[in-house]
Formats: sequence, C-alpha cells, structure tokens
Amino acid sequence: MRVIETHNLNKVYDEMVIPVKAVDNVTLNVEQGEFTAIVGPSGSGKTTLLNIIGGLDHPTSGTVKIEDSEISAMSSNKLIDFRLNNIGFIFQAYNLIPVLTARENVEFIMLLQNKPRKERDARVKELMDAVGLSDKMDNRPSELSGGQQQRVAVARALASKPKFILADEPTANLDSHSAENLLDIMLKLNQEENITFIFSTHDQRVIDRARRVVTLTDGRVVSDVTKS
Amino acid sequence: MMLIRLAWKNVWRSHYRSLVVITAITLGVWAGIFLYGFFFGMFEQRMRDVIENETSHIQIHQQHYRDDYDVHLYISDGPKILEKLKADSAVKAATGRILSMGMIASPATGTGVKINGVDPVEEEKVTKLAEKIKEGGYFSENLRTPIIISQKTAEKLKVKLHSKIVLTFQAANGEITSGAFRVIGIFHSDNTAYDQGNVFIRRDELKTMLGDSIDFHEIAVLLRDQSLMEASEKRYQAAWPGLMVESWRDIVPEIAVIVDMFDQLMSIFMLIIMLSLAFGIINTMLMAIMERTREIGMLMAIGMNKTKIFFMIAYETVYLALIGGPTGLLLGYLTIQFFSRRGIDLASFSKALAGYGISNMVYPKMEAHNYYNILLEVILVAMFASIYPAYKALKLNPVDAIRKI
Ligand SMILES: Nc1ncnc2c1ncn2[C@@H]1O[C@H](COP(=O)(O)OP(=O)(O)OP(=O)(O)O)[C@@H](O)[C@H]1O
Ligand SMILES: [Mg+2]
Repeated sequence: MRVIETHNLNKVYDEMVIPVKAVDNVTLNVEQGEFTAIVGPSGSGKTTLLNIIGGLDHPTSGTVKIEDSEISAMSSNKLIDFRLNNIGFIFQAYNLIPVLTARENVEFIMLLQNKPRKERDARVKELMDAVGLSDKMDNRPSELSGGQQQRVAVARALASKPKFILADEPTANLDSHSAENLLDIMLKLNQEENITFIFSTHDQRVIDRARRVVTLTDGRVVSDVTKS
Repeated sequence: MMLIRLAWKNVWRSHYRSLVVITAITLGVWAGIFLYGFFFGMFEQRMRDVIENETSHIQIHQQHYRDDYDVHLYISDGPKILEKLKADSAVKAATGRILSMGMIASPATGTGVKINGVDPVEEEKVTKLAEKIKEGGYFSENLRTPIIISQKTAEKLKVKLHSKIVLTFQAANGEITSGAFRVIGIFHSDNTAYDQGNVFIRRDELKTMLGDSIDFHEIAVLLRDQSLMEASEKRYQAAWPGLMVESWRDIVPEIAVIVDMFDQLMSIFMLIIMLSLAFGIINTMLMAIMERTREIGMLMAIGMNKTKIFFMIAYETVYLALIGGPTGLLLGYLTIQFFSRRGIDLASFSKALAGYGISNMVYPKMEAHNYYNILLEVILVAMFASIYPAYKALKLNPVDAIRKI
C-alpha cells in the first residue's frame, strides 16, 4: 500500500533575493513498511523535504498525498490535527517536554488525541517495553541519556498510531553505540510491526542498514536504491 | 485538565523567576491593600472626628449668618426649635450656641478667636468638650466667668490654668465690650486649626455681655446615625424654611470631597499597581516563551493545536497571578486586622498631620467589598496579562522554531 506520494515537489527560499531551490522537482513514493534513508550533503534539502512530507511546511509547488489526503492543500490549522493522528515525528533533539516524565511524554500525545485512560496506560507500557525503557518510566528527560531520550521519542512517535514515522537525523547527537541501539529498535519495529520509517542521516553505518536509500544533491533526487 | 497540570509544572520550571514574579505580585497587592486600609481608616476617622467633635451632623443658622457672623443674625425662636429637635427620634443630642467673633488677650499677647457661648450640659452631649480637657476641669466649678481654651492658645498667650485673660468683642448695640475670664480648663483636639480658633464660655454670660435680646446663633444636632442625615436635613429645612439647615458636608466641604473621591482615587491607585504587575507578568512570560521556542515548536509539530498551546501559556500566566494575588490579599488582610486593633502611631509626623485634623493614631480599616474588588482586579489583570504571551506563542512557526536547533 502506498503511504506517501509526492509529485513535482519544489521549495524555493528567498524568492525575491537569491532564490535557493531547497527541493527541486522531487517525485517520490513510499510504500507501507519501508525503511528508507534520505541522504545527501549538508544543505541538500533533506530537512526541507521531510518537513514538507510531514505537513510542517508548504511546498512552493507540487503535491503531497498521504494515503488519500492531499496535505499540500490543507490549512496549517487542519495540518496540526492531521499530523497528530497520522504522522509520528522524531527530531534531532528537544523531542521531549522537560517537565514531564518519560511515561507522561509518551502519554501526552494520546491525551492530545483524547484517548481513554486505560488505552493510554496499556500503550505506554507496551511502547516503553518495546524501546527497552520500562525501568525508566518515571524519569524526567534530564535524568536520561541522549540515546534513552531518543528512544522515548520513538515511543512517543509511535503512541499516536501514525501511518509512518519521520525522523530528521535522529542519531546526529548520539555516540555510535547509542546510535546503533536506536537503529536496532527502529529496525525491529519495522520488521515486527511493519512500521514505516523515513529518516534523514549523514551516518554511513545508518545508511548501510537502510533498505532503501534516496540521495539528494541540491534538492534533486540523484539516486534511489532499494536493496534486495 | 492535562493543560492545567502541564502549565503548573511549567510555572515551577524556573522557580527562581516564577518566585520573583509571584513575590512582586504579592507585595504589590499587599502594599495596595495596606495603603487603601491606612487611608480609608485615616479619612473615616477624620470624618467621624469632625462630626463628633466639631460640626455634628447638622447645623442650623439664620440665613446669611455664616457669611460674616453678624451678631444680629440669630435664630429668633432658638430655644423652641431646640426643644422640638431634642424631641425628634432621629436626634441623639442637640445644643444651641451663642457665638461672637472677638479677641482673646493675655498680658503677653492677643489673638482672634470665635467665642462659643455654650450650655455646659448640652455641649458635653454634642461635642464631648469635657473629654478633650487635658488640664483643669469643665464648667463644673461655681466660679464666675470661666473660660476653656486650647493648649495651642494657652501656649500662644503664654497663660496657664487659672490665669486671667480678657475677651473683647462687639456687643449688639455696636459698642466694644471687654470682660475678664479665668482659665478653668485647657483642651486639646487633633485639629490644630479648630484648637486655635475656638474658646468656650458659658452661654448665659456671653448673652448678658452681648445684650439680652440676642438668642442662639447656631443649633448643632448630633443624629443617632450618619444614615439619617440626608432625610433629617430635608425635614428640618421643610419645618423651618426661613432658616439655613446644613449638614457637615456643607460646613466642611473639603472633607466631604475627600470622602467622596476616596474610593475613586484608590481605585485608580490600585489600577496603577495592577498594571505595573501585569507588565511584570507579561515580561516574565515572554521570556519564558522565548526560552521555550523549540519546545513549543516541537509541540505544534507533533500535533498540539493552537487552542491548547494558547491555554497552556495562558494558564501558566494566570497561575503566577493567582498564587501571588491571594497571598498578597491574605497578608494584606492580616496586616489590616493587626493594625486595626493596635493602631499605627504617627507620633513623628503628628505635628504636620494635626494641622489637617488627623490624629496620631491611625486605625487602618477595610470593608469586605474592598477585598472582593481587589480580588476581582487581580483576576482581571491575570486574564489580561495572559492574553498577549499566549498570543505570541501562537505566532511561532514550528518549522522555524525547530530549525533553531
Ligand atoms: N528558512 C529558510 N530560509 C532560507 N533558506 C533556507 C531555509 N531553510 C533552509 N534553507 C536552505 O535550503 C537548503 C536546504 O536546507 P536543508 O536544511 O533542507 O538541508 P539539509 O539537507 O537538511 O542540511 P543538513 O544536512 O545540514 O541538515 C539550504 O541551502 C538552506 O540554506
Ligand atoms: Mg537538516
């Protein structure tokens, strides 16, 4: 099943002064269950592309469809609700609310969705187990390592039962061991639960483990390789 | 629910800063209440003093008497009217006075005064003159030509108790009359101007000296309660249309103005305090939002909608005000309660204040509705102060906010 479908996506910054084509005519489809890395040098447009796919940013032209919804046409207020119920986000840092515990951070998104208490409790447990942090439930982010924080972020991203998860350089701030560990968890979730992951990265070891690698240069897709 | 809890936790995130704002609000409200209560107590006491010691509630004169105190403008039916007033159910006490503007002189010096010819028994009931006597006694001795003067006058004339002084004034027939009097009592009130301007002798003695035809120039009426004043004033005026019936408000309008404007003045004063607090709160919240740009951007990115962001910030602001406000209110209440019993001694300022008729001891006072008003103002300020920071947070663009990483 096709989860993401983009058509002739363009994003131009500073249109009046010196136009920068951050995303240049990108047409890209993502199927359910993919584990896809967007790679490319700094400034190649990875973040911009992920933001547009995630409904955080509007393209200058072109369309984005998430399953049957064309999000490039939605108002930003509508997009907030769409993101809440359809997309899981993992950022490079500052994923968590510092005054809430790990448990509360994961629960938070389900509170936004008005999920009943029972369901929330069960899911928080299940997800914290899945990311291997059931013993850190009641710790605040400041009491967790960077890697642990990112694992909580993965749990939080999954909690809303999104159609896919977008992660912009999720391992960029982690040491190699923690990065491996995070990637293991993401891969396991992908294989066992068929969760769709799209992430950008610079890290060669991460690229090696992706099943599909899309390479951007100056906003253009220059290669798109799926390993068998 | 969740937002309320999250906002509460956010308040304590930089508890130093929050505590500073909360303390500022507490102190502001506290100071506001204290000043309000202090001045309210002071002016109310001044008003009561004026009524109980000086003017009484209502005074009756012949038309135009108060223009230049012409000795011939007496109330022709004085004693009869006085009897009727004493029988009135609204009246607590009433007295008739014969007055004369004259000079009081000692061997050292002289000064102009209003000579009050009073009935000792009636006067005591109306103005409590006897209670104010600090040295000597009241008109009880069977001495001839006694006079009661104030400490201020005694100092000025350099006289003591039992000294002889001379009063000089114009009699009804136009001739200048003098009489020797002996100081039997020296009084002191909190109003310097009143003390300097008034001396008291027996009404019958003044009457004899002025000329037997002269009757009361002034009838002073102390009512059972201030609330009876307006109606009584109207009734008396209707009963004796030829006379001038006035309340203390007409006689000392400067005090009536203060009493009337007090509430408005204090509201403006409180508003200024509240506004400065509001800006303190707004400033703090804007700082908090700036520090949390990325976090708020992240929350918007993962799907927290604008209404929820708005209320999260607004609740946080309201918390600051609603912790500080009631704390200040409570402290204010306790302070007022404490000092309303104990009083605040203004001895060091007392000379200056006495010039305005204000006594040394101030007993601060607040009425329940004043507290409610202040509480209401705090709530309004909290809501007002919460809008702008919350609105500012909404203007954040999640993409830009997150890129700040
Ligand atoms: N808000 C903006 N205004 C103007 N130009 C921008 C803006 N955001 C990004 N750009 C430009 O768009 C281009 C793509 O930026 P983007 O952040 O998407 O690259 P990236 O591949 O994510 O880089 P990195 O690996 O450093 O994260 C860059 O040239 C960048 O300077
Ligand atoms: Mg980037």
